[in-house]
Amino acid sequence: MTTTTREPAIRVRAVTKSYQDLHVLRGVDFDVAPGSIFALLGSNGAGKTTLVRILSTLLRANTGTATVHGFDVASAPGDVRRSISLTGQFAAVDEVLTGRENLVLVAKLRHLRNPGAVADDMLARFSLTDAGNRRAGTYSGGMRRRLDIAMSLVGNPPVVFLDEPTTGLDPQARIEVWQTVKRLAKDGTTILLTTQYLDEAEQLADRIAILHQGVIIQNGTLAELKQLLPSAEVEYVAKQPTLEDVFLALVGDTADGAAMPAGGESR
Amino acid sequence: MTAHVLSDTGTLTGRSLRHILRSPDTIITTAITPVALMLLFVYVLGGAINTGSDESYINYMLPGILLITIASGIAYTAYRLFLDMKGGIFERFQSMPIARPAVLWAHVLTALVANLASIVIVTGVALIMGFRTGASVTDWFAAAGILILFTLALTWVAVIAGLSAKTVDGASAFSYPLIFLPFISSAFVPTDSMPGPVAWFAENQPVTSIVNTLRALFAQQPVGHDIWIALAWCAGLLVAAYAAATAIYRKKIS
Repeated sequence: MTTTTREPAIRVRAVTKSYQDLHVLRGVDFDVAPGSIFALLGSNGAGKTTLVRILSTLLRANTGTATVHGFDVASAPGDVRRSISLTGQFAAVDEVLTGRENLVLVAKLRHLRNPGAVADDMLARFSLTDAGNRRAGTYSGGMRRRLDIAMSLVGNPPVVFLDEPTTGLDPQARIEVWQTVKRLAKDGTTILLTTQYLDEAEQLADRIAILHQGVIIQNGTLAELKQLLPSAEVEYVAKQPTLEDVFLALVGDTADGAAMPAGGESR
Repeated sequence: MTAHVLSDTGTLTGRSLRHILRSPDTIITTAITPVALMLLFVYVLGGAINTGSDESYINYMLPGILLITIASGIAYTAYRLFLDMKGGIFERFQSMPIARPAVLWAHVLTALVANLASIVIVTGVALIMGFRTGASVTDWFAAAGILILFTLALTWVAVIAGLSAKTVDGASAFSYPLIFLPFISSAFVPTDSMPGPVAWFAENQPVTSIVNTLRALFAQQPVGHDIWIALAWCAGLLVAAYAAATAIYRKKIS
């Protein structure tokens, strides 16, 4: 909180990480501006999760430096932890506890003043109020992911890491997560998300970096990345609905119904 | 950070105690094996065992049964810790501003509560089966203290197993030899009835001194130097297991 907001919320310099002779990260550099959404795009095994684990203090880099919210991840991990939240690839909810108990647990561990009220507020924000007193183990995949993200946002950390937040979700749940991410960024939270879905990066990110074999091979806005390819040829193609459009139209209850129109234009 | 060790440990202990309250079968199954052994030894084998004392056989063997209860109960600690690490909630905790030791201590304290509950059940069954003691309140406190120390020591062994296991089965398999240890001790038969090398092992392993101490406390006999050997074993095991567990933990989280 003492740092000026102008400097990058996340700064990564020459970070490397190897396991014996497996070089997972081979010198990664990038900055993430405060309040922006930064997508780290890469195929499986590109090193995305390793990088997120380093930035969230779960893992130490071999060399290089990384600061999050102005704090060095190696020398001030406690301050970093106070500034971040991590949503991993697998929903880290306690299945034996109810949704509400999960949120109260996190609120208590973040030493917030009124854990019960914080939990109720989160349940409402993530449309889980009705399910709040059910065990998280009985939740559907989408609800579990919503609870997971809600738990991450307890205490409003200024920097949020989302590691493949929509992997394994059905299309509706995916759109719900996207809406949540957009809303967060609008409120000023810095978001670093990893994904292997190109459309996800396209939909959400202010900047996109492509991580390939342990290095960032491109980093720019969507428009900048598109310019890397020869200019588009004008071709007339009948606009066919995608299967996703059809599915969503048939099932017909996206969370707010607002997410669909933008998707059709992106080609 | 250290300011939060106690409150964080309390919060996380509350969480894992809830796990136990919602699956009380873990306490029941912990108690079932010792109770079955007790029935077997008292009503089937016990009649043929000459303990060389005029105590009833159930009085003779209850201390060993209590140690078996603890040894089988701690397997759940390793199991629960393993599941936490597997499920991602461990990483969530590690990425939060939580006092680091709290995560382990919560599991240890929960194990203590769960094991004491199992011990109360087993002792209750023993009372129904005819266990009697004239032990004073101080004797009971001394016995409880030794049982708690033994539980703590074995729980930290379980933490090592839970932290380093690769599979669920591996996380609980370590407890089988521990459950077996009381059989090669003075718990069920006097050690001088055993052949030389076995008797030597039985007399010099930790269970015998603990069993003898508990038995003396329950029978209001002088505990002799057995209590110091028992305390030394428990304290030594506790320190060694705690050091090993925290070293593994630190390696795991950095």
